[in-house]
Amino acid sequence: MFPLSSTIEMSAGLEHLAAILLGFGFGFALERAGFGSARKLTAVFYFYDMAVVKVMFTAIVTAMAGLFVLSTLGVLDLAELYVEPTSWAGAIVGGLVFGTGFVIGGYCPGTSVAACATGRLDGFAFLGGMLGGVYLFAELFPGVDAWVRGTAIGEVTLPAVTGLSMGWWVLIFIGILGAASWGMGLAERRFAGLKPEP
Amino acid sequence: MSRSPVSPQPYWNPYLVGALLGLVLLASYLVAGRGLGATGAFSSLAAWIADGVSPAQAAANPVHARYLASGSPLTAWLIFLLIGAFAGAALSGWLAGRTRLMIEKGPHISGGTRIATAVAGGAIAGVGAKIAMGCTSGQALTGGAILNAGSLAFMGSVFAAAYAVAWLLKKEWL
Repeated sequence: MFPLSSTIEMSAGLEHLAAILLGFGFGFALERAGFGSARKLTAVFYFYDMAVVKVMFTAIVTAMAGLFVLSTLGVLDLAELYVEPTSWAGAIVGGLVFGTGFVIGGYCPGTSVAACATGRLDGFAFLGGMLGGVYLFAELFPGVDAWVRGTAIGEVTLPAVTGLSMGWWVLIFIGILGAASWGMGLAERRFAGLKPEP
Repeated sequence: MSRSPVSPQPYWNPYLVGALLGLVLLASYLVAGRGLGATGAFSSLAAWIADGVSPAQAAANPVHARYLASGSPLTAWLIFLLIGAFAGAALSGWLAGRTRLMIEKGPHISGGTRIATAVAGGAIAGVGAKIAMGCTSGQALTGGAILNAGSLAFMGSVFAAAYAVAWLLKKEWL
């Protein structure tokens, strides 16, 4: 039955409408979390406000549990979902570069859109820089692109690698989230003094 | 009567918004068979610009060419997703009294410096997202939910670098 993209023929217009509606929820949630603000986002790196990790982790666990439950009930075919092929080198090198840009620029690509939508001029600056970076990457480093794609080894998921089923991983992630939320509460109290003046 | 400006509403509880974001991500998987993303929209836009500058050179570039393969890059799924995201964030910010023209920055740097760091950081993040074939949306959130091992490695890598660099950049944010 699900995903709908595999069971019904969607017109281009319907697909675009679905993208706009899903995007609407995405942007609404990001802004509600405070992720239209670079100061709220970078606070996580100084431990005085861990909202970024709380939101991301809860979102991942929620979606993961939903995917697991729906596939167990037989209404969702997990094999039909797109899984980005894993390139260890791409993930690690790209992650290090991306993380550096994140803390310097104060946003990530999605959250910079939320920043622009609420009038943050630094959000527009990040967006422009991001577009420039992506453009220059294509122009200057097509070799890096070919190398990363060459090192991709296909779909690699934790259940496939470890032999532990998805249900166990959902339980493990819920456990980690519980422990982490306790730890994050401690960290926030310990580092509350770092919070800059408004 | 006090003439102080209307103060913005507080942000929602992070665990509550996280669950909401997770449901949006789940809905994306259920409807479209794929998760959320952002970087691909920038890649499409970059390919569209390159195509406008020189169609022949854009077609010969292997990175741009991928985004030119199926019609106009401006009709890519992720472009529509980000248009929706802009509208959703705009409505949320406006309802909460958070919308205003301003520069988000630490208290000890100038607005000009902040704009420069935002441009530079955006460019670096753009290159990183291209190397990683995704960003915090397309890799970390989307891949994390389906237990994609590469996405989880990406997420660890992002936070490792960001915490290390943040230590050197206290002046920018604190």
